Amino acid sequence: MTNPISDIEESDTILVTGSNTTEGHPVISSYIKRAVEFGEAKLIVIDPRKIPLTRFATLWLRQNLGTDVAWVNGMMHVIIKENLYDKTYVETRTEGFEELKETVQRYTPEYVSKITGIPPDDLVKAARMYAEADSASIFYCMGITQHTTGTDNVKSLANLAMLCGNIGIPGGGVNPLRGQNNVQGACDLGGLPNVFTGYQPVGDPAVRERMAGAWGVSSLPESTGLTLTEMVNKAGGSIKALYIIGENPLVSDPDLNHAERAFANLDFLVVQDIFLTETARIADVVLPSTSYAEKSGTFTNTERKVQMVRKAINPPGQAREDWEILCDLSSRMGYPMEYRDCKMIMEEIASVTPSYGGINYTRLEKEGLHWPCPTVEHPGTPRLHVDKIVRGLGMFHAIEYHPPSEIPDKEYPLYLTTGRVLYHFHTGTMTMQSDGLNDLAPECFVEISLQDAQDYNVDDGDLLKVSSRRGEIRAKARISDQAVRGTIFIPFHFAKAAANKLTNAALDPIAKIPEYKVCAIRIEKLWVQGEDR
Amino acid sequence: MDSKDKIIINGSKFSFRPGETILQVAERNGIEVPTLCYIKGSMPTGACRMCMVEVKGARNLLPSCATPAVQNMVVETESERVIKSRWINIELLISSGHHNCLTCEANGDCRLQELAYRYQVETIRFPESPAIYPIETSNALIIRDFSRCILCGRCIQACNEVQVNNAISYGYRGTASKIVAVGDLPLDESDCVFCGECVQACPVGALIEKPSRFKGRPWEVKKVQTTCPYCGVGCQIDLHVKDNEVIRVTGTEDATPNLASTCIKGRFGYDFINHSERLTSPLIKENGKFKEVPWDEALSFVADRLGDIKSKHGPDSIGVFCSAKITNEENYLAQKFARAAIGTNNVDHCARL
Ligand code: SF4
Ligand code: SF4
Ligand code: SF4
Repeated sequence: MTNPISDIEESDTILVTGSNTTEGHPVISSYIKRAVEFGEAKLIVIDPRKIPLTRFATLWLRQNLGTDVAWVNGMMHVIIKENLYDKTYVETRTEGFEELKETVQRYTPEYVSKITGIPPDDLVKAARMYAEADSASIFYCMGITQHTTGTDNVKSLANLAMLCGNIGIPGGGVNPLRGQNNVQGACDLGGLPNVFTGYQPVGDPAVRERMAGAWGVSSLPESTGLTLTEMVNKAGGSIKALYIIGENPLVSDPDLNHAERAFANLDFLVVQDIFLTETARIADVVLPSTSYAEKSGTFTNTERKVQMVRKAINPPGQAREDWEILCDLSSRMGYPMEYRDCKMIMEEIASVTPSYGGINYTRLEKEGLHWPCPTVEHPGTPRLHVDKIVRGLGMFHAIEYHPPSEIPDKEYPLYLTTGRVLYHFHTGTMTMQSDGLNDLAPECFVEISLQDAQDYNVDDGDLLKVSSRRGEIRAKARISDQAVRGTIFIPFHFAKAAANKLTNAALDPIAKIPEYKVCAIRIEKLWVQGEDR
Repeated sequence: MDSKDKIIINGSKFSFRPGETILQVAERNGIEVPTLCYIKGSMPTGACRMCMVEVKGARNLLPSCATPAVQNMVVETESERVIKSRWINIELLISSGHHNCLTCEANGDCRLQELAYRYQVETIRFPESPAIYPIETSNALIIRDFSRCILCGRCIQACNEVQVNNAISYGYRGTASKIVAVGDLPLDESDCVFCGECVQACPVGALIEKPSRFKGRPWEVKKVQTTCPYCGVGCQIDLHVKDNEVIRVTGTEDATPNLASTCIKGRFGYDFINHSERLTSPLIKENGKFKEVPWDEALSFVADRLGDIKSKHGPDSIGVFCSAKITNEENYLAQKFARAAIGTNNVDHCARL
């Protein structure tokens, strides 16, 4: 997030898109709801599903799946045409405006309406509501990023925010909501194939030399590595062995049937986890690690705030903390890693990572710190880009709309989109051990609109077979007014009816994110509710 | 602060900001005025009448949570009249329900109990009212014991003004008053999303986390503040630990970003920690079956196999998945392991998934 969570209640207009906030990020959704109910804020929700947050929305636009670039361009078209943009900001702090202007010229509300299904008047209203606010913030989640056009979608939202001067001000910003507790940290600490910690590129010889010096090795690999999805695709080919820590790709990956076959071709698979997950089951070696309650360290949240994790209990049996296992293994492989504790690891992180340079446990014991925090005197940076955009001038990217990579046809006539429910987390490794949570969300379901249910003669609770070009699953129908005609929603948490057997592994060319949010499917009714199987 | 604005509380002069209530000025200056219904940051409701104070010149006692400080106001927070009023108030509250502390979960962490002790309310002169509503235990997470409810309304404010879930409100009238979900349905059939904000707000034992019941007394647990392991909000939570077991989780008071709020996952999703299916030993697969082995054997085996593959196919034939669930320190070591120990940039995690 460019702005801290506490900024939410200072926004005049809040635009939420591609985030089912009340279920995915409940505590942030409370900030948003408070801003609307008890403050003056207006809320625009742009989402194909009638998510609970729409109850609080001043305006709810329902776009067709995968058409986000089109409506953002449409809003910018209106804002430029009606002269509602922040001219000073655009002139002094950005570049590339003319190209943007030219591209969005064609995106009239009528043209956009044909693509997105959003009525032209509503688009104009949303554009005005966003542009006329003193400070307007944007929140988005996987509904924006999990598309073949994910990078374009994100850049488009940044265009919109810059156009209206909403970057670097309280209550403004472009704020991605990170799904998992430490996605932010995993990226910050170099858990990516192209960068070391703090996003220092592996391709930069000076950076490599510095890291090699700090790590006491003569050289470090210079070519960008493979992404997770690429490694899965090449498993058994050029990838012979995988070492997997705390992840369960056999439920979370797209096109699971393919992933399962690929994993079977590996020469060697190691899984380090707290449960015998679906992925651990097919491993050659499984190493027991500790849960968050049994370890010390830090997590970095979605607002870039580094916060302490404190050990509360001892781990079960022989389980060991992940960092201890890694140190032990690395030493056995001829590269000794020796640390007394996590505090010492953080000291090393600070010494090789400019944006974490001023972060240490003594400070964190008192209060979390937002990076960039380059020195121990630096107070941290809750709000980014305040005096100027970090890269200098903010760059507008003129972007055209492209349709999703798979759209419904005769054979697979319905759209499928996937997502989360409130009661479970990711692949359920943790939440599905809780009876209370399972009671509230015991199994997978197929959310279907009333119209589609009528067309297919489906009742609530009927067992459906859902198939795509890649696989099929079975789950019960749930008729809901959250769904829109022609689009089915399935949560991806459940291994027994893994929605990712259906999803499309087509990737965004830059971010390499699979298109979880759109694919084509068909449904068939198998059993009627209550019938004996 | 404008030094001209002064108020006198218990004989001492204090300055105040315009709009500040007597309670806020008192609290800021370390004078504790007892409250039951007051929630910092929410609109005062004046429901519990516990914070009544005596203001010179006023005929009646005034609720300090709702009375703004005024220039030269003279306030007594523990005068004889005030104490008498609190005394009766506490007596009435205790007799209004079934306040048997023996097995109440709130014992030791109950505002009503604290106040009865502080004001030495030993005998109750009023008869105990019979419970009209049975205890609700139908869902797996929250127990609602209406016989212990003092109708302070904190839960309603927590639900409607803090979480804005709008699931509960006051229902019925007079002695039949009850906190109800829409249509007076049980919570699991209502709009309730089980965030548990109301449970944490309840000053007595009327709302209880069911999984924590009979697991331990407040004074037996050690509280450890940590960061929620679920979504990216990073809520600060307190793990309540007894005998090496997490028996309850609450939101950390006054800590950002969540200011004591949590969602259902953060508060109730901790069963997995002590689950019987947790992995407790390294496993090596032999002939399709896992065998428990000591660490030494497991790690030597992994080191040998990875070493072999590296020398045969090169470092780029190995990939490491680090994780959005492990700590920063562990992610750092995982990529260091991939890059420096193995020699590959094939390191990634499921950020995109
Ligand atoms: S658990 Fe949450 S949603 Fe349910 S009544 Fe309590 S505060 Fe409201
Ligand atoms: S349930 Fe608790 S918080 Fe709610 S009104 Fe009763 S005593 Fe107060
Ligand atoms: S308590 Fe809920 S909202 Fe807070 S970090 Fe945990 S999962 Fe996210």
